[in-house]
Amino acid sequence: MKQLAMTARFEKYLPLMRELIARDLKVKYRRSVLGYLWSLLNPLLMMAILTMVFSQIFRFNIPNYPLYLICGQTLWTFFNESTNQAMYAVLSNGALLKKVYIPKYIFPISRVLSSFVTMSFSLVAIVIVLLVTCTPLYWSALLFPVPLFFLLLFSMGVGMVLSALSVYFRDVVHLYSVVTLAWMYLTPIFYSLDIVPQKVAFLIQCNPMFHYIDFFRELLLYGRVPGPGTWLFCILSSLLALAIGVAVFRKMQRNFILYL
Amino acid sequence: MDKNIIEISHVDMRFNLEEEKTDTIKEYFVKLLKGKLRFSEFYAVKDVSFTVHKGESVALIGRNGSGKSTLLKIIAGVLYPTAGSVSVNGTIAPLIELGAGFDMDLTARENIYLNGAVLGFNREFMNQHFQEIIEFSELEQFIDVPVKNYSSGMIARLGFAIATIVKADVLVVDEILAVGDYKFQQKCRERMGRLLADGTTLLFVSHSEEQVKELCQKAVWLDHGRAMAIGDVDEVYRAYHQATD
Repeated sequence: MKQLAMTARFEKYLPLMRELIARDLKVKYRRSVLGYLWSLLNPLLMMAILTMVFSQIFRFNIPNYPLYLICGQTLWTFFNESTNQAMYAVLSNGALLKKVYIPKYIFPISRVLSSFVTMSFSLVAIVIVLLVTCTPLYWSALLFPVPLFFLLLFSMGVGMVLSALSVYFRDVVHLYSVVTLAWMYLTPIFYSLDIVPQKVAFLIQCNPMFHYIDFFRELLLYGRVPGPGTWLFCILSSLLALAIGVAVFRKMQRNFILYL
Repeated sequence: MDKNIIEISHVDMRFNLEEEKTDTIKEYFVKLLKGKLRFSEFYAVKDVSFTVHKGESVALIGRNGSGKSTLLKIIAGVLYPTAGSVSVNGTIAPLIELGAGFDMDLTARENIYLNGAVLGFNREFMNQHFQEIIEFSELEQFIDVPVKNYSSGMIARLGFAIATIVKADVLVVDEILAVGDYKFQQKCRERMGRLLADGTTLLFVSHSEEQVKELCQKAVWLDHGRAMAIGDVDEVYRAYHQATD
């Protein structure tokens, strides 16, 4: 009975989820001439600059560097953007939460989903790079939604924790920007795992972001499907992050309103 | 059991008035260590119980700060009571603050769908009632203007039109009929009258005795969070006047 009521409630707020996502997308590129094209251009331009910097100045020797780079960069940008957006989700909708009853988890989730939609546009940029660099197309590339799905769950989990914590302690907002910087350098986005010393490599191995990105690259770049170890790690880490996110959020949401 | 649409039993709402605001983790721990994490507790609502039958109109009256709005927010599900329980058997249309869900950067057209979704209506339903909302709020010319350029009266009109579009089981109204010009106020009252005639239950907060007596049969008088009197609207007002005069 209670289960039934909960699904009914969830269904009732599905339209809201949709409206919020549509709003995020609309507001993001409002008044810019190129609009959604930016989701495509941005990663391409970034990739061009980074490719120049790292292949000419630092002389990294990674085959098909532009593709290597844009894969990592697209996934990282999604994670970074979605969790940052989710962090502010409850805070910035405080005025609304004080007046109408809405299940609060809708806000961080919708922010992550709207970032996910933006990232889907950016995937076109990856396709362009694939074609331009004449990379052979592998059958394994068809599995590309799998690592993205793990990444989505993981980002939702992290986003929910952040959105709940930031309501009670605004410091989280400032702290997180430092954390993401460190996290970014611990994720092989523009370098490869084999150039780092043993000790650091172990640390990177524990970083779920590395595994999602690596999974994605294996499929697209090298035409391999990762082994069961990688699958297991990806499934467990994303589900664990989501479970922690839901648990923390549920525990803390009751008193949100008193702190907004 | 179906007769009681709202049951409120022994509801307390406690707020912690922070004497010094602790907003950062460091401050929090420093104060915790010093034992200075003091809150002065404040009961906005204390041990209030009453029930509302289906189709009844109940007014909450009392002076400023007596807990009327807090109680409404608890009933609407915005606040969780510190103690006690509230059960509402039906859908609620909250008219606590008009236009609360508006995004100021979006146009009225976009906000109608957004605000409708906040209240739990899908796009199809809103499409069906779109014209009605626009007509009621008299904003035909301004549908595609961002809401930030609206006057407060226009926002209130739009908010009222959206919130009352559907026949909810319970209408929760907090002091909002004071907005807009006389003609629009009349329109609002007419629409509320129609909803009430259809069997909607009304919870009403207002400082206007005239409005309360026009719309409600029952009243609850709150003073400093406690229910002083519950019952027939005239009797409650008599007691209220006796105490305040």
